[in-house]
Amino acid sequence: MRKLGTAVGCVLILLWCLLPVAWIISLSFKSQAAITNGSPGFFPADGAGAGWQNYKDVLDNPQFRRAIVNSIGISLIATLLSVIIATLAAYAIARLEFKGKKFVLTMALAIAMFPVVSLVGPLFDMWRTIGLYDTWPGLIIPYMSFTLPLAIWTLSAFFREIPWELEQAAQVDGATSWQAFRKVIVPLAAPGVFTAAILTFFFAWNDFVFGISLTSTESARPIPAALSFFVGADPFNRPASLLAAGAVVSTIPIIIIVLIFQRKIVAGLTSGAVKG
Amino acid sequence: MSTYTATAGEKARPDTTTPPDSNRAKAENALGRRLVLPAIIVMLIVTAFPMLRALYLSLYNYSLTAPEDKEFVGLSNYVTALSDPLFWRDTGVTVLYMVVTVAIELVIGFIFAMVMHRVIFARGVIRTSILIPYGIITVVSGFAWQFAFSYQNGFINSWIPGMDLQFNWFGETTPAVIAIMVSEIWKTTPFMSLLLLAGLAQVSEDMIEAAKVDGATWWQRLWKVILPNMRAAIMVAVLFRALDAYRIFDNIAVMTAGAVKTESISFLTYRQTIEQFQLGIGSALSVLLFLSVLLIAWLIVKLFRVDLAAARQEG
Repeated sequence: MRKLGTAVGCVLILLWCLLPVAWIISLSFKSQAAITNGSPGFFPADGAGAGWQNYKDVLDNPQFRRAIVNSIGISLIATLLSVIIATLAAYAIARLEFKGKKFVLTMALAIAMFPVVSLVGPLFDMWRTIGLYDTWPGLIIPYMSFTLPLAIWTLSAFFREIPWELEQAAQVDGATSWQAFRKVIVPLAAPGVFTAAILTFFFAWNDFVFGISLTSTESARPIPAALSFFVGADPFNRPASLLAAGAVVSTIPIIIIVLIFQRKIVAGLTSGAVKG
Repeated sequence: MSTYTATAGEKARPDTTTPPDSNRAKAENALGRRLVLPAIIVMLIVTAFPMLRALYLSLYNYSLTAPEDKEFVGLSNYVTALSDPLFWRDTGVTVLYMVVTVAIELVIGFIFAMVMHRVIFARGVIRTSILIPYGIITVVSGFAWQFAFSYQNGFINSWIPGMDLQFNWFGETTPAVIAIMVSEIWKTTPFMSLLLLAGLAQVSEDMIEAAKVDGATWWQRLWKVILPNMRAAIMVAVLFRALDAYRIFDNIAVMTAGAVKTESISFLTYRQTIEQFQLGIGSALSVLLFLSVLLIAWLIVKLFRVDLAAARQEG
């Protein structure tokens, strides 16, 4: 009985998670003519399949290609910078006694809950004044700010688990706090840092609000924003199958990361948020 | 000491020596502050400063289409916003999104967590698939569900028995809100279930076993043993998800663009500032949105007595 329940539960979870993904893949193989005429149903009807045509069209679209480059570049740079800064901060929080520790944690929490949309107005105005509007740094900076809380929390949770006696041993051997940090702790902390990097990358890759508000041309527009602007000739009948192909392309990096790092992501998500 | 420095401190600059014990606390304090400083600066650049700027702009009649007409109007933008039925309608819709999605996610997420907790074989497969909705772009989820509900190219009408095949989900408020909620729930339930799974893992098996020996039914064990013992995890998950749901934007922007009264308060703010360039009233809305998120966070923490410090083992 109990085993049966678990098995049914597993099937339900798999259906829940994968059915919509299967749907968007299936949709991406419907031909554009079929979409225009209307083609209800989960799978492409006979003769309404498009083969790889939608993928070819999407990848031939210079705006979408540019959006892929923007998304990868901006997300990677934001991730790298955010994780470096968060590692320093999390080390201090997990390890050192200093005034203002509570303040940093509270601020990180407050920012994690910040309504992003309430910032886009003033940021839009500021970025236009100082020339960051519609540029890579114009997106990298907000991404860093909003991924730092998650990265700091995840990393400080990881850092608490590290055997710190090793650090003291290094200090007894004459290393300064900084050397102990760099030579002993960094190699031990690398897995946690890596997890924080994955979560940070997901955030940056997923962002939509900043992406549509702080860009106006393809020079910095990331994939989610590009997809939403990709309406085709007729705005009342969106090129669903083309969009689906674009959506699948944008999901491939996520699926690869999930397949390789599944264990690390789960550990990061749970250790960062709940320890009680 | 000098005999050991050679190994650990080879590359050390000659002037860096371990501070004497009396200065250690001071040095640690200074190092701690130096290490967190970059994080504080980056977090403040994009939050505190723009928020102050929003506060300032909200007191002006300021439109980017006519910047030279900027004039101080005091609190009149707030009066305009708060006396507009649109503001209250959108706030109501947003609260509805938040309450319904979080409630459903909590139930489904808990069931998923129970299954993941028990499953022994295929654990990797389950966890990998549950991360896919978590990692997928919200905009993609919005498109997937919008097309799925579409009567022209979707499949949902034909999969619901007795459903009118021509039914337009996006023609009226209620079905459109349901479609948006489905996308939101699909995408965020995995996150909820992983947080709950972590809480579930911390409920002692001995306690459950003891309750079983004492004759407690499955239902009693769930309500009297398991749930009370993972209260902290549940509350943290609810707090995070509720605040996230209150800021709902992406799904609405993609699926309806706020049409048929599905607009959330975030979308209203976005429309005023970015689409209509009304930075004055838009900033007032930004401030109100910020205050309402604070209010909700405060309410949840007070009502449910969420102890974030305890949940994190923070002293």
